[in-house]
Amino acid sequence: MHFSAEQVSNLHRLAPEIILCLFGIVIMLLDPFLGRTRQRALGWVAFIGTLAAAASLRLMYLDQGYAYNELIRADLFSIFAHAVVIGAAALCVLGAINYLDDENLQRGEFYALVLFATAGMGILAGANELLTAFVGLEMSSISSYILAGFRKRATKSNESSLKYFILGSFATAFFLYGIAMVYGATGTTRIDQVQPVLDQLIASGHLPALSILGLALIFVGLGFKVVAAPFHIYGPDVYEGAPTPVTALLASGPKAATFALMLRIFYVAFPGEVHFWFWAIWGSAILTMFVGNLAAIVQSNVKRMLAYSSIAHAGYILVAFAAATVYGVSAVLFYLAAYTFMKVGAFLVVTHLGQQDERHLEITDYAGLGTRQPALAVCFSLFLFSLLGLPATGGFLGKFFAFQAALDSHAAFGPAIVWLVIIAAINSVIGAYYYLRIIIAMYFWEPSKDYTPSKVPLAVGTALAIAAIGTLYLGILPRDVLHAALAAATSLIAR
Amino acid sequence: MATASHWLSFIVFLPLLGVPALLCLRDEDHVWIRRVALVISLVEFVISLFLLPGFRMGQPDYQFAEYANWIGNAIHYHIGIDGLSLFLVLLTTFLTPLAILCSWTSIHENVKGFFIAILVIETAMIGVFVSLDLFLFFLFWELTLIPMYFMIGIWGHDRRIYAAVKFILYTMFGSILMLVAILWLYNLSNVHGTGTFDLPTLQAQLQHGIISLPPTTELLLFCAFFLAFAIKVPLFPFHTWLPDAHTEAPTAGSVILAGVMLKLGTYGIMRFCLPLFPYAAHRLAHIIGVLALIGIIYGALVATIQPNFKRLVAYTSVSHLGFVILGIFSFTTISFQGAIFQMISHGVSTGGLFLGLGMIYDRRHTYEIKEFGGLVNPMPIIMAFYLFIALSSLALPPLNGFIGEFLILIGVFQYHHVWAAFASSGAVLSAIYLLWSYQRVALGEVTVEKNRSLTDASGRERVILVTIAIAILFMGIASPLFTRRMEATTDNLVRQTQIEGAPQDAKAPTPTRIAPPAATEFGAPNSAGNRLTPAAPTQARLVNATTAAQVNP
Repeated sequence: MHFSAEQVSNLHRLAPEIILCLFGIVIMLLDPFLGRTRQRALGWVAFIGTLAAAASLRLMYLDQGYAYNELIRADLFSIFAHAVVIGAAALCVLGAINYLDDENLQRGEFYALVLFATAGMGILAGANELLTAFVGLEMSSISSYILAGFRKRATKSNESSLKYFILGSFATAFFLYGIAMVYGATGTTRIDQVQPVLDQLIASGHLPALSILGLALIFVGLGFKVVAAPFHIYGPDVYEGAPTPVTALLASGPKAATFALMLRIFYVAFPGEVHFWFWAIWGSAILTMFVGNLAAIVQSNVKRMLAYSSIAHAGYILVAFAAATVYGVSAVLFYLAAYTFMKVGAFLVVTHLGQQDERHLEITDYAGLGTRQPALAVCFSLFLFSLLGLPATGGFLGKFFAFQAALDSHAAFGPAIVWLVIIAAINSVIGAYYYLRIIIAMYFWEPSKDYTPSKVPLAVGTALAIAAIGTLYLGILPRDVLHAALAAATSLIAR
Repeated sequence: MATASHWLSFIVFLPLLGVPALLCLRDEDHVWIRRVALVISLVEFVISLFLLPGFRMGQPDYQFAEYANWIGNAIHYHIGIDGLSLFLVLLTTFLTPLAILCSWTSIHENVKGFFIAILVIETAMIGVFVSLDLFLFFLFWELTLIPMYFMIGIWGHDRRIYAAVKFILYTMFGSILMLVAILWLYNLSNVHGTGTFDLPTLQAQLQHGIISLPPTTELLLFCAFFLAFAIKVPLFPFHTWLPDAHTEAPTAGSVILAGVMLKLGTYGIMRFCLPLFPYAAHRLAHIIGVLALIGIIYGALVATIQPNFKRLVAYTSVSHLGFVILGIFSFTTISFQGAIFQMISHGVSTGGLFLGLGMIYDRRHTYEIKEFGGLVNPMPIIMAFYLFIALSSLALPPLNGFIGEFLILIGVFQYHHVWAAFASSGAVLSAIYLLWSYQRVALGEVTVEKNRSLTDASGRERVILVTIAIAILFMGIASPLFTRRMEATTDNLVRQTQIEGAPQDAKAPTPTRIAPPAATEFGAPNSAGNRLTPAAPTQARLVNATTAAQVNP
C-alpha cells in the first residue's frame, strides 16, 4: 500500500487524534482480557497514549497546513490548543487511576472515553470547517456525558450526567442552527471563507443580518460549553456531581478546546462584525465574572466552590477575548495553559482528599491540612494563589496578559473595555475571599479529628508535581510559552 | 554603575536561598532552625552594609544597577538603589535579625514555617525597594502579602484570622487597581510599539512628552497608584486594617509590619507617584495633606485612649506616618529628606516599641494596660530601654525621631504654614500618649500581684534592646551621614516634581517639564549648597534614564 504525499500529510496533520483514538480502541480491546485487578494498568496505557499524542504534535509542527480537503487546519494555533487539551487529559488520567480504585470503578472504558473526548477536543481546536467542528464537539460532549455519570450508584453523578446531556444537547442544537444560518447567509461552512463572502455582501449593500444571527446562536452553543454566563446554570451541578477527575477534565479540556474554536470562528470568520460580537463578549464576561465569584463566596463545598471559580475564570478569559487583537488571542492561549495547570491541580487535590464516595468535600475536611500533609497543602495553596492571581504564578501572568491585551484595544472600543478590565480586577479581589477561605482552613484551623486523609499515591503525586511545576514555570519564566502563544495567535489571524 | 556585579541581586535573594537550608532541617530541631535563620539574616545584614562604601554620594541615578531581559521586550529584571532605597534596604536587613531574635522562645508551633516566612518576607521587601521595573515591583509587592498573611493567621493571637483576612483583602484591593494603572502606563508607552515597564525609561518618556498624558488620565493613574500606597501606609481613612493586623500579629510580625512594610507605601509614593505624575500630585496635594493631618491628630487621639498597649502603639504609626506623607507632599528637598529619615527612624523606634512590648507579652501574655502597673520594679532594664525608645518615638532631641520630624516640619512650613502648625500639635500629642501609657504601665507601685515575680531582660533580650538603642542614638547624632546620602536623590525628586505655579517656584527658576536635555556632561549636584532651595535645573530626568538605559542597550 502506498500513500501519496498528500495522504501522509493528512495523517501528520491529524496525528494526535488518530493516536488518541487508536489508544482508546486498544484499551477497549484489552479491557475484557484483563481481570478486575489488572484494569488499572489500562490507566497507564492511556497515559502513554496521551504522551504519544503529545509527541505527535511534533509531526503536526513539521508538516503544517490543511488536511482532508481543508476541513482541518494544522497551524501553530491548533498545536498550542492541542498541547493544552492533551496535557489536561494526561493529568486527569494520572489523577483518576487511584480514584477509580477507591470508588471500585476501575474499568478500561473510562480511559477510552477520556481519550475519545480528548480526540474530539483536538478536532475542535483544529477544525477549519463548521460541521467538522460540530463532529468534534459531539465527540467530546458525548464522551463527557458518559464520564459525568460514571459513578453509577451515586445520585448526584446521575443528575450530573442527565443535566449535562439534556442541556448539552440543546446547546449543540443551537450551535448547529447557527451553522445553518451562517451557511444560509454565506453559502459556505468553511471558517476561512466566511469573511470574504461577507465582505462582498456588505460591499454590495446587503446587511448580513442572517449571519449575525447565526453567529449569535453559535455563541450560545459555545458559551454553554465554556460555561459562560448566562449559559452557566448547569455548570456547578454537573461539575459537582461528576467524578472529580472527570470534573478536572471538564473544567479544563473542553473549555480550552471550545475557546480555541470560538477564537477561530469569531476572529477568522467574523472579524468584520467585531462591533457586534464585542458587546456580546463584553456583557457575558462581566456577568460571568460576577456570577462565578459571588456564588463561589457562599459555597462550603470545595468542589462546588471550584466549579464556580471555573465559571469566573471563563469570565477572565472572555476579557482577553474581547480585545479582538492578536494579543487577545495570545492572552487567551496563555491563560488557558496556566488555567489548565492550576485548575486540574486543584481538582486533583480535591480528588485525593475526597476519599471513597467523595465524602470529604466540605471545607471543614481541609482543616489542619497544613500540618498533616504539608507538601499537599503547599501544592494546593500554590494552585489557589494562582487561581487568585498572586504574582510568581501562571494565574497572575494569565490575568496580567489578559488585562494588558484588553487595555491595548482601548483605541478600538473606548472606555467600555477599560471598565471591563477594572471590573475584572475588582472581581479578582472578590475571588480572593473564597480562595483564602480554603487556605484559612488548611493552615489556621485545628485538624478535624474524625477524618485523616490518606497518603498521596504515586500517580496523583506525579500529576500534582507536574501541575505545580507548570504553574510556577508559567509564573516565573513564561517567555517561551508566551512566544509560542504569540506565534500561535499570529498563525491564526495573519494568513 | 557596575553592571557586572550581582551584589544587589545577591542581597535580594540571599534570604530566599536560606529557605531550602531550613527545609533540610528536621521539624523538631528548633534550635538549629533558629540558629540557621539568625545566621542567614546576620550575614544578610553584613553584606548589605557593604552597599554603604560602594554608594557614591551626589549621584542621583541608580547605583548597583542590574538589567536583564526577562519576559518579552517590555519586562526587564532591572534593579538598583538610590538615596531613597539604600536606607530602606538597610532598615530591612537591620530589623530582620531582631525579629528573628525576638521570636526565639515565643514561637513554639511550626517553628520552621515561621522562620521561612520571615526570610521570604525579607526577600520580598528588599525586592520592592530595589525594583526599577514596574512589573518586577508589583511582583515583589504582592509577594510580601503571602508570608505576612500566614504569619498573622498562624502565629497570631485570638482574632488572628479576621485580622489576616482583613489585611490581605485591603491591600489586594489597593494593589489590583495599581496593576491596571501599571498596564495603562505601559499601554501609553506602547504607542510606537516600544512599550516598556521600565521605570527610568517611562520617566524619561513622560519628561519629554513622548508619552502624552492628558490631565484627567494622569489624575486617574495617580489615584490608582496612590490608593495602593495609601492603604499600605496607611493614610487616614484607609487605616482600619492596621490596628487589627498589628494587635493580632506575633511580635516579629508587628516589628516587620510597622518597621518596614508600612514604608513600602511611603516609598512607593516617592518612587512612583511623584516622579511619574507630578501634576496630579500637586493638584491633589491639598486633599492628601489634610488627610495626613487628620491622620496625625486622629491617630494620636485614638492612641491615647486605647486600653490595649499594642493597639496603642499601632495607632502611633498612623500618626507618625502622617508626618511622612505630609513631608512628601510638601515637595521641598528638606521635607523629602525628613520624610525618608522619618521612615527609617520610625522603623527603628516603632520596631523597638513592638520588640519591648513583645518582651512584656512573653512574660504576661496580655497587652491590657490595666493588667500592668509599676513594671519598672520587677524589670527595670526592659522598662528603661522602653522609655528610651518611646522618647525617640516622641521626637526628643537628639534622638532619631526628632531629626525626621524636625526636617519635615521645616519643609512643611515652607510649603504651607497652617499644615505645619497642625502637624506640630501631633508632636505634642505623641508625648501625651507615649508618656501617659508609660506612666500607667511602668511607674508607681506594682498593682497586679502577678507582675511582682516577673524576670528582667535575658541576655538575648538585652542584645535586642541595646542594638535598638545604639541605632536610635546613632541616627540621632550622626544624622548627616544619612541625609548626605539622600541629598542627590531628594534634589532630583524636587526637580522632577517641580511644575509651573507650584509654591516653591518663587525660590527657583522654573524649568518646564518638557525641558530640552542638557547637552553637557552631568555635573556634581549641589551637596554643599543650600538644601532649602532646589538646585538649579541643569539636567533633568533624562540623564538618569539614559544612563540607566545605556548600561544595557
